Amino acid sequence: MTNSIKKLAIGAAVAALMAPNAMAADSSDPIVIPIHNWSSQIVMSHAVGQIFESMGNNVEFVTTDSQAVYESVRLGDVTLELEVWEGAFGASFRAALEKGGLHDAGDHDAVTREDWWYPMWTKDACPGLPSWEALNECADLFKTAETGDKGRYLDGPVDWLKHGKERVEALGMNFTVINAGSAAALWAEIGAAEADKRPVVVFNWTPNFAEAVWPGEFVEFPEWVEGCDKDPSVGPNPDALFDCGNPAKGYLKKAAWDGMVGKWPHAYEVLTKISFTNAQIAEMAKLVDVDELEPEEAAEVWLENNEDVWKSWVN
Amino acid sequence: MSITTLSPSETQSQGRGDGRWSERQLVAIGLVALAVALALARPLLPEWTIVRVEEGLYAYADWLDAVFNFVRDDLGLIHLTRAIAGGLEYLLDATANLLYGKKRWPHLGPIPWTALAAAAGVIGYYLGGWRLATIGAGTFVWAALIGQWSIAMQTMSVIAVAAPTAFVMGLVLGIFAWKSRPFEAVLKPVLAILQTLPFFTYLLPAVIFFKVGPTAGAVATIVYALPPMILMTTLGLRKVPPEAVEAGKMSGCTRWQMLRHVYIPSARTEILVGVNQVFMLCLAMVVLTAFIGMPGLGGKLLAMMNSFKLGRSFEIGVTIVLFAVMLDRLSKAWVVKQPEHFERGTPWWQRHAYSLATFGGFAIFVLIAFLVRDLPNVPVKAVGDPEAEGSFFGYVGGVLDEVGRKQSLTQGKGIDKAIKGFLGIDSVQAVTEWLRWFLNVWILIPFRNALLWLPVPTVILAIGALGYLVGGARSALIGAGFFAFIASTGWWDRAIITLYTVISAVILATLTGLPLAIWASRSEKWANRILLFCDTAQTFPSFIYLIPAIMLFGVNDVAVVFSILIFTLVPLTRYTIEGLRSVPVELTEAADMAGATRRQKLWHVQLPLALPTMAVGFNQAIMFAFFMVIIAAFIGTQDLGQELQRTLAGTDLGKNFVLGMCVALMALVFDHIIMRWSTDRRKALGVD
Repeated sequence: MTNSIKKLAIGAAVAALMAPNAMAADSSDPIVIPIHNWSSQIVMSHAVGQIFESMGNNVEFVTTDSQAVYESVRLGDVTLELEVWEGAFGASFRAALEKGGLHDAGDHDAVTREDWWYPMWTKDACPGLPSWEALNECADLFKTAETGDKGRYLDGPVDWLKHGKERVEALGMNFTVINAGSAAALWAEIGAAEADKRPVVVFNWTPNFAEAVWPGEFVEFPEWVEGCDKDPSVGPNPDALFDCGNPAKGYLKKAAWDGMVGKWPHAYEVLTKISFTNAQIAEMAKLVDVDELEPEEAAEVWLENNEDVWKSWVN
Repeated sequence: MSITTLSPSETQSQGRGDGRWSERQLVAIGLVALAVALALARPLLPEWTIVRVEEGLYAYADWLDAVFNFVRDDLGLIHLTRAIAGGLEYLLDATANLLYGKKRWPHLGPIPWTALAAAAGVIGYYLGGWRLATIGAGTFVWAALIGQWSIAMQTMSVIAVAAPTAFVMGLVLGIFAWKSRPFEAVLKPVLAILQTLPFFTYLLPAVIFFKVGPTAGAVATIVYALPPMILMTTLGLRKVPPEAVEAGKMSGCTRWQMLRHVYIPSARTEILVGVNQVFMLCLAMVVLTAFIGMPGLGGKLLAMMNSFKLGRSFEIGVTIVLFAVMLDRLSKAWVVKQPEHFERGTPWWQRHAYSLATFGGFAIFVLIAFLVRDLPNVPVKAVGDPEAEGSFFGYVGGVLDEVGRKQSLTQGKGIDKAIKGFLGIDSVQAVTEWLRWFLNVWILIPFRNALLWLPVPTVILAIGALGYLVGGARSALIGAGFFAFIASTGWWDRAIITLYTVISAVILATLTGLPLAIWASRSEKWANRILLFCDTAQTFPSFIYLIPAIMLFGVNDVAVVFSILIFTLVPLTRYTIEGLRSVPVELTEAADMAGATRRQKLWHVQLPLALPTMAVGFNQAIMFAFFMVIIAAFIGTQDLGQELQRTLAGTDLGKNFVLGMCVALMALVFDHIIMRWSTDRRKALGVD
């Protein structure tokens, strides 16, 4: 079993490194790591879990809702969260931060972006892309039975609060915004369009497995300026909010329960050092989504291939 | 009964009474006229009847939140529920350890899959011969070889706790309801609401009062599975023959002995039917608890759907169906199987032959798994590949303890290709494109807009009229009252959209399902095939239909209606077939002798007699539609389901409950009216 040998080796390496460290030992209670329903997060959680285990900690995984998890972290039911997306979970994270009980454990190198997106075949039909003005001129290509003359843009679920409708109005675009009910609905839409290379424009984000399955690009809207969502005068339309694209470089944070520092000081120190890049996250997602590994195995494989990356965090 | 009573003129005159309008019909017509008048006078109506108040007349959600908070924090219910959660968690950890090796007490697991398959096979053989033995063992073998063993066991570890708990609680509550009329009077309406509440409303309180994860999932599952167990227990105990009771009393039984040795054994059949229901509902719910983060088959299915792996999702669906079929068939066989009695002096090993065989098979495979644990794991691809030196026996030896990823027989990618290939066919696309255009532009959107245009009082009056026509003043009050309540919550628009989706789907299902069922009922062979298909379609986890619906029609109302339609077709078709089959042979023969054509026989004899049964199917179809429409929020809707799904991510218990009640009340109105009609009709026809 290469796995157990590897773990032993890691364990020994960690023990050797830890020896001069005079910190109190980590508690033997399990560190509870939350798992959500997208691949990169699951693999990353397992990778980090395996790093903690190699340091001699007990780790347990629970599957939780990605918005409700901040309440659980705050209460200590869950110890940490490895992927706090600025766009998607910023609001829930800040709300929990204000109530107290959890804190920001640093940023990943990775940047996140969420915006209107199209698969590459769309560009063949509308060569002016990725500019949003060109997209607007091609609106005809995107019309469907129920949208009439207007193009159809499939936005994320309403509760993701992506303000697609507001942006269409603010920029005077010839599009109707339809909200999907789930991420799965977005993929089904792209997957169905793939069959006959029908042009589609949908909400998407990076890092994400979809990049590996369907190469594509984000639509370039007027660049994000601070205050675009609060002050009408900011952005090209002086009378409207949401008249620019989303930030092209959103943060990806880690969050930790306040009690973690005292209970598992070593693990906590590693957590603050952990930082993944976009390429690394995409690689993790690919191991599961394209190579069809189980998340645990994918984490093992990734750790094996990237020892130089994570060894420095444990050091 | 003679055929003449069923001639069309007769059936109509039953309602009219000598050709004149009955009082009920007059009142109903009056109410409809008032409703229409209100609709016509729409421009003159005060604003609140048209523009729906977003806030609602009363802040039910806030009141409920206050009540919940009081009960939870001030009365300290949370401490009680957390204590219960602790006990439950202990049990769940134990089954989790045994079934998939979670590192908890008793640290024995995981049990090798071969041992469980062997045990299930012997139990199946005991209950129903080789057929059930194959189903029992086959299900476990499939789950293991397809590479889903550990997730299937995560699900089973929860069912192993939830089903017995629901059984015991249901039995005890059922006994109380049977003993005490007042208690039953309170319990009945609660159960009716519980059975119609959308499952999202079960989930949130479970998360808030019990801990996130398997514990909350188990609690929601138990509550969901309780009602039929209670109802069946009470029903069974009521039917105990007085002779049995007399005999018990004469033998001088104490109250406990009466219950233990007289009542419960006599009610055995009903109680076991309840057990069957418990298993079915547990399995249905345990998959849905994936929405509150429960791992297992449902969680994996959701994750697979979110990464667009249709083939793997489908395979998980098949696993769930197999487990459902296994639990269903085994428990039904148990209902039928009467307890065995042995002559005095039969040696104990003979009396317990099957228990011993089960244990023996189990132990042998545990031993085998222990012995082969160090054998190399031969990947599937290497079998039959001369270079890789993998033999079939090597593969079998390798998988007897555990099936590794490379050893699983999954065909996920192949199925993916097949599905995408099917969607790429031009004629398929042409048909779906046309349907999408036709249904959306000409039927669904106009229908929705028309319903939304109607003033609130019009809808309430129309429902009241329908209630009055069928069941008199009480039914009218129930119908109108429930809808008036919904209007007062401020969720009217969303409720109407929910209703519109349900009605559209049920109408389309009727249009497709009835002809199909009538055609199938002509031949025994086809009837059985269609019924088998219905059973399978119903046990498929409901949200697996969503993705194909989107891929065929895109994110819009057609996809939503289509996914509901598949689900509602099942009861409609089944009950129509059953209804037509149960028409007494004498009557159809009499019709033949009277020289009726096949068409006449169908219209004048078979359908009128089957109608009450068909109504039950129709009612179930509506209940299913109300269930499915909530799940269809996953596609993208603007109805109550979408709002409900949003509440899951937060702590809005009050809002969640109000929305759930809106759905439940609408469903209850239809349930009440249709069942009332069906019962009256049965009485009028003299069937049952």
